[in-house]
Amino acid sequence: DIAYATPAGYKQQLVRLYANYGLTSPSGSDNSDVGGLNAGFADFLRLFWTSQELVTDEAVCNWGDTGIPELDNATWSTDNQFLRGLYSRSISQITLVNDYLRQSTADKLASRNITGADATNVARYRAEARFLRAYQYWVLLDAFGNPPFVTEADEIGKVNPKQIQRAALFTYIESELKAIESDLAEPRANEYGRADKGADWALLARLYLNAQVYAGTAKYTEAITYSSKVIASSYTLNPSYANLFKADNNIGNTENILTINYDGVSGTNYGGTTFLINAAIYASADAAGMIAGEYGVPNGGWAGNRTRQNLPALFPNTTGSIDKRGVFVGPKATIDAISDPNDGLKVTKFKNVTSGGTTPASLNGTFSSLDFALFRLAEQYLIYGEAVARGGSGGNVTDALTYVNRLRQRAYGNTSGNVTTAALTTDFYLDERGRELYWEGHRRTDLIRYGKFAGATYLWPFKGGVKAGTSLPAYRNLYPIPNADLIANPNLVQNTGY
Amino acid sequence: QTGSVSGKVLDETGLPLPGASVVVKGTTRSTSTDENGNYKLAGLSNGSITLSASFVGYQTLDKAVSISANATVNFQLVPDAQKLNEVVVIGYGTAEKKNLTGSITTVNSKDFQKGAITTPEQLIQGKVAGVNIISNSGQPGVGSQIRIRGGASLNASNDPLIVIDGVPFSGNTIDNAPSPLSLINPNDIETFTVLKDANATAIYGSRASNGVILITTKKGGSGAPVINFSTNNSIAMVARKVDVLSADQVRAYVNANGNATQKALLGTANTDWQDAIYQNAFTSDNNLSIAGSFKGVPYRVSAGYLDQDGLLITDKLKRGTGSITLSPRLFKDHLKIDLNLKGSLTDSHFANAGAINSAIQFDPTQPIYADNKYGNYFEWTQGTGSAMVPNPNAPRNPVALIRLQDNNGNAARSVGNAKFDYSFHFLPELHANLNLGYDVSKGYGSIAVPTYAAQSAATNGSFSRALKTSADKFSEFYLNYAHTVESIKSRFDVTAGYGYYDIATTGYNFTNYTGLGAPIVTPVFPFSVERNKMLSYYGRFNYTLAEKYILSATMRADASSKFAENNRWGYFPSVGFTWRIIGENFLKDSKVLSDLKLRLSYGETGNKDGADIGNYNYIAKYYASSNTGQYQIGNTFYNYYAPAGYDPDLRWETTTTYNAGLDYGFLGGRLYGSIDVYYKKTADLLSKITIPVGTNFSNELVTNVGNMDVKGAEVSLNFTAIKTENTTWDFGVNASYNKRNVTNLTLNPNSGFKIDAGDISGGTGIHLKYNAVNQIPQSYFVYKQVYDASGKPLEGVYQDLNGDGTITTDDQYFYKSPDPQFTFGFNTAFTYKKWSINTVLRASLGNYVYDNVSSNFGVNSNLLSTVGILNNASSDILNTGFTNTQYLSDYYIKNASFLKMDNLGLAYNIGKLSKDGTTTMRISANCQNVFVVTKYKGLDPELATGIDYNLYPRPRTYTLGLNVGF
Repeated sequence: DIAYATPAGYKQQLVRLYANYGLTSPSGSDNSDVGGLNAGFADFLRLFWTSQELVTDEAVCNWGDTGIPELDNATWSTDNQFLRGLYSRSISQITLVNDYLRQSTADKLASRNITGADATNVARYRAEARFLRAYQYWVLLDAFGNPPFVTEADEIGKVNPKQIQRAALFTYIESELKAIESDLAEPRANEYGRADKGADWALLARLYLNAQVYAGTAKYTEAITYSSKVIASSYTLNPSYANLFKADNNIGNTENILTINYDGVSGTNYGGTTFLINAAIYASADAAGMIAGEYGVPNGGWAGNRTRQNLPALFPNTTGSIDKRGVFVGPKATIDAISDPNDGLKVTKFKNVTSGGTTPASLNGTFSSLDFALFRLAEQYLIYGEAVARGGSGGNVTDALTYVNRLRQRAYGNTSGNVTTAALTTDFYLDERGRELYWEGHRRTDLIRYGKFAGATYLWPFKGGVKAGTSLPAYRNLYPIPNADLIANPNLVQNTGY
Repeated sequence: QTGSVSGKVLDETGLPLPGASVVVKGTTRSTSTDENGNYKLAGLSNGSITLSASFVGYQTLDKAVSISANATVNFQLVPDAQKLNEVVVIGYGTAEKKNLTGSITTVNSKDFQKGAITTPEQLIQGKVAGVNIISNSGQPGVGSQIRIRGGASLNASNDPLIVIDGVPFSGNTIDNAPSPLSLINPNDIETFTVLKDANATAIYGSRASNGVILITTKKGGSGAPVINFSTNNSIAMVARKVDVLSADQVRAYVNANGNATQKALLGTANTDWQDAIYQNAFTSDNNLSIAGSFKGVPYRVSAGYLDQDGLLITDKLKRGTGSITLSPRLFKDHLKIDLNLKGSLTDSHFANAGAINSAIQFDPTQPIYADNKYGNYFEWTQGTGSAMVPNPNAPRNPVALIRLQDNNGNAARSVGNAKFDYSFHFLPELHANLNLGYDVSKGYGSIAVPTYAAQSAATNGSFSRALKTSADKFSEFYLNYAHTVESIKSRFDVTAGYGYYDIATTGYNFTNYTGLGAPIVTPVFPFSVERNKMLSYYGRFNYTLAEKYILSATMRADASSKFAENNRWGYFPSVGFTWRIIGENFLKDSKVLSDLKLRLSYGETGNKDGADIGNYNYIAKYYASSNTGQYQIGNTFYNYYAPAGYDPDLRWETTTTYNAGLDYGFLGGRLYGSIDVYYKKTADLLSKITIPVGTNFSNELVTNVGNMDVKGAEVSLNFTAIKTENTTWDFGVNASYNKRNVTNLTLNPNSGFKIDAGDISGGTGIHLKYNAVNQIPQSYFVYKQVYDASGKPLEGVYQDLNGDGTITTDDQYFYKSPDPQFTFGFNTAFTYKKWSINTVLRASLGNYVYDNVSSNFGVNSNLLSTVGILNNASSDILNTGFTNTQYLSDYYIKNASFLKMDNLGLAYNIGKLSKDGTTTMRISANCQNVFVVTKYKGLDPELATGIDYNLYPRPRTYTLGLNVGF
């Protein structure tokens, strides 16, 4: 109870909710409050990224760590430790939010003499807590479809959670996001790192764009409505695409809507952007000519993640000299053997150096201070465009073209990359999302929405475990409920196909 | 009418036994024999009586006599090699060996392992059936894994309770000391008593599930002071190195398989990195003791000084120990007081053990020294000039790892207690026993790495400190009443007592600094205290009928602060029954059998300790974030409190043990031993399981779930093959079988459940060992390797065990475990006149080891690294030819059954130096770790964890010893 004795305590414990997706544990990088996998694996972003990118055409990893090869090949089993980790991490944040909501009811506040402006603040904290819960339920909705469902009405340690069906969960998330809207701060009016209305709308837009997959009903009009709200707010594109992914992206950045904040000294773990940077690069001058220090991690460079040839092929070249977003290095784009770290180009998008070229302080020369954007304006532009292309109402092609060309002008540095209305097909948006948002945790969701993840309409190297790629059964559009929880919780029914 | 009886008492060879006592049973009449072995008792009433003749070291002999006038009865006593009348310590009391109801084995100092022995538990390695002691490594003073009957738990501790002179050890570690037990001087120890079954252990209740080891130290004698000085001086050397490629082999391999860049990295040196980090290590262990009696108070004072080098260069342990025991007897022996005080100080320098792996992996074509900014040790680097940094993915120079890290530890420990045993003046059969004691320790250490060392280049060197103190206190009080009622041939022995235990440790947190003195991480709290308390009541009731039938029942109730109010008390009963068959008429006069005893017992014991069982796991609690676990909001980094998973229903883990045993002796104890079979079943296992996600603050929790069985058998046999005036030849053999099996691990029984129980090194988070239903704990979970026609493993090709066409984690299977099925101990001693030779061998069958050295280093991608360096490889690369690591192939699970000769010793007992003097001398020579017979190709097959990686080699040690008595 000491934790909640004062108004400052409520603020601290709100921070604890945010910290749950930024860190593996409150005691630093060597521990994890989610068990079953190595602490270094156990943070939210690393698990989310792994589930969204490694199974697609955008990424591959040559490590032999248990569970990674089967994600590379999209042949994961129900015991996969990374999928179980993501599931556990998401629900852990939900459990913490539930506890926070129980601790911050009107009764509890009154009993602790928290009144007036302090109580008003707590009301906003509660809305943010519910936002974080809705966000994690969206992760579960997208990945696992039918997860266990707990709210603040479920006390700790009493009964096994019930399972919720995907469509019902969609409705729940939608209603939560709408219910908290008025309690949240105006866009860009909250402290850095805290959710505001912009984040709320951005998640709603993303939710509606995928409504056909999630709930069986298309909601492109609503996607336009909410992406428009974001676009109409005070967000603007960062003039430099590269600077979006540099260590000082928390300063003067008007594009990011909500970020996970990392720090190389005070908030450390082996996942997050530390993972994104280190796993993508080599420690030393090899054939790829990389020096870890140039990426701000002089003691790092883990040589694991690369991209399959499909992603560089979306760009006019691989050096970033034309479209500055496509920055790849390496001797060979084609993946012939996943285990050969020289197969496949390395992605150098994320760097732990500031836009001025300095490296921030780091405990061990490996931890990164780069913040990661869960939502940024560019995605909302592309949601707007895709929803228009898919027939949603309330938007128009002219605006869609303006938004797309804003992104392309930033990418090319001039208008040479601009497209015309005729180019704005539905499929164009998948490719443009690939170019603009690659390695930011969108790809699996996008491929599923386009019907290209399962089945054989689109193949990439080693899809299904075969070098040329092969069809995936439709049930793999959802991840399985982890076997461990299926055994522990008799209320749960496994997803179809597993 | 009265008469008398007279006669002789002779030994087994027919020589008279002066000083033997002869008693008329059931009366107070007694006498002893004169110089010629003659005795006489007069003034006895006519009729039938029983005479009993006894002498120390001989079996007591009873004879019925009919008294009328002068009767003559001669006795010929046979030696009692089995020492059936010997008194052994048991929990809260003592018992005669012949009356024991539990499974108890004692080892006396003369049977201890010999040579350079730094920690007490090593003294009885291989000596006791059912007790498996595996030293953790070859480091000076290192601890051991001690398992009595295999261990009964999963996530709770499997270590036995150790009680020294009545002081129970909490099991808390002492930081910055080699191991907690290494602060006890083995030279002060007189006996080990191992309590194995529940009837013997249950009186220790909640700490007894894994057996109990009672250690008794040497005490003062009577009369003039006896001074004993011993010195043992040893040299230890590396017995076996890890088999890696030579520099020439590496050059040949790289030239044949590498690309131009890799070939250019080859050096011209021929460095054996293992030779570079190991040394021949000297040890000197000196002990002085004075024992005797001063004004009727027996005392013993001892001092010891050990100076031991490790095999790794710079590794060093210095230890000073002192002990005082006083045993005053007051009020005509009505009040016996025993004071024990032990203290020790250690001063260690710990060599950086990370160098062991580096030495295996480091490129042998590179020199040790080079002209650079890293202290002139060769290092793999990247960049040039001032931008040059050590290559982060390269191993560091092994010699630099050691030489440029200064890791010092100082520890102090004191253990003491005062025991008062008062036998009431008005009722001498009633004893009151009070035992007050403490165990305090403190360990301080610091690690400094200079600014230029490559190992801490990211922080320009480093400096860190650690300090932990512990203070355990206890008090125990019991009443004992023993009474014999001759009329019904019955003896009652009743004990009831109380105990209070307070266990606390304090860990201090310090700021870590860079080598330049800048703080790296500052702690939020300066220290934290961990404490738990236990309150106990215990009792024992023994009933002996006609010295043949013994019934023993014990009960203990423990309350621990580790559990919530309603689960706090645990009750641990036991009952044992012994039938001394030898006492029956039909065997009484047997010339062949000298002992035959059947023991049956049942009991329940508890367990609540272990690293995973916190002191406060039953309460909802929030803990504060550390300064590396902050989160940034706005421009502020916040600390906060995090709720931890908890289980309000946490309670005792309970082990039920059934034991049946047979003690036997033949030919006056020239051949004796015992056979035991047992079945243990643990319920409410404290194990880490997955809980329904969303019901708690974590997805895994240590809670009371599941069951485990242990089945086993033990046989021991001691045999005196030759016993003549000049020559004796003794053998001791023991064999044990033990099989553990997990029977359930989930709230809703599910045979498919498994949970990871041990990762390997190399990749990250690669689970190798699991606790799973219907498996031995810590079983290996691996892929089934496919081999080509020539028997070579095919890289990455595994059997598709579930037949779904792809290889996923679903194709892994359980294959073997680190548990040995059978363990054997064999020792023999041959003495001819003043010479004696002795040896100890141990064997283990059915234990498997995962060769993590080969799986990590024995692949092409390790040798021909892609991170701009070259490495050495385990020679196994030549067997597999693997390009990439195949960590979970069952190829790496190797049969590690072994036969080891632990000890081979030769001693010459000079005896008295001069005819009239009292000075005696003994010289001994000893070799430890003489040989190992095993199919396992790695460094050492004996590994408690079953994973062979970074093992500090166990040395082969040669010792010369001198023992002088005055």
